[in-house]
Amino acid sequence: MNTIEEIEAAQLRDDIPEFGPGDTVRVHVRVIEGNRERVQVFEGVVIGRSGGSGARATFTVRKLSFGVGVERIFPLHAPIIQEVEVTRRGDVRRAKLYYLRDRVGKATRIKEKRD
Amino acid sequence: MNAIIGEKLGMTQIFDDENRAIPVTAVKAGPVVVTQIKRLETDGYSAVQIAFKEMSADKAGRPATGHFAKAGVAPQRHVVEVRVDDPDAFELGQTITIADVLEVGKKADVTSVSKGKGFAGVMKRHNFKGQGASHGVHKVHRAPGSVGACATPARVFKGKRMPGRMGGDQVTMLNLDVIQVDADRNLLLLRGAVPGPKGAVVVVRKAVKTDD
Repeated sequence: MNTIEEIEAAQLRDDIPEFGPGDTVRVHVRVIEGNRERVQVFEGVVIGRSGGSGARATFTVRKLSFGVGVERIFPLHAPIIQEVEVTRRGDVRRAKLYYLRDRVGKATRIKEKRD
Repeated sequence: MNAIIGEKLGMTQIFDDENRAIPVTAVKAGPVVVTQIKRLETDGYSAVQIAFKEMSADKAGRPATGHFAKAGVAPQRHVVEVRVDDPDAFELGQTITIADVLEVGKKADVTSVSKGKGFAGVMKRHNFKGQGASHGVHKVHRAPGSVGACATPARVFKGKRMPGRMGGDQVTMLNLDVIQVDADRNLLLLRGAVPGPKGAVVVVRKAVKTDD
């Protein structure tokens, strides 16, 4: 292991569940308002992951908010993430679901993964 | 001690107390050994010479072998001279680690040789604007344009910025925040970027332009 990997290994979180593109997740984010801290939930479809296995890994969650598509990119190992809940496993054929951006309504449905 | 020699390892990010991601450059800094002490009486100024990265004795040339033997240390690859006020505080063969130079929260200056970019055009090298992408511009989109006037002065002025070799220059980054100092692993984390490729030899100094 080289030194950069060692520095990153110290920051990796092991409490993040496995999930991938197509999965629906609820990301509990710690938000600081003034001196109060509360937890905000961002629920949506994971449309991509990047950064591999290092500490710099991120994932993108897309949701519809009042009819407007909203995407948020989270650093996977960020301390502001309190919890990631996987609510639904999606069955998709590609790693990045950017095609969802061009679709609305029924066309954005993702098949559920069956084991 | 004011400076230390190191090797750039690469960049990554760490999260700080306020959960912000900080971009950091990791530097394997030291340990270095003192190989020569210059005094006002003998050399006209006071400085210490420090050396980094041991090498095998058969790779060292005869002048280097003699020089390092005088200090009583194994031959080293890189040698840098650092001006000091009090040369008597050092002794030959003394080992200096990163903890003797910097601590967390201080600022550092880093000198290194930047990455070579080869023969670069004026847009990359001097931030020229180039020319239009359309409106009839023909095959000169990244060209410098005119380099001067006509019969007066009938020459191109010296120092006119033109294409040429870019990079590979000595560059100093000032006032980088020291994020982490690990004396056991000889590891230094600095906020932001440091010139040069991974493996580049860098000289890390205490910041000269800050008050503390």
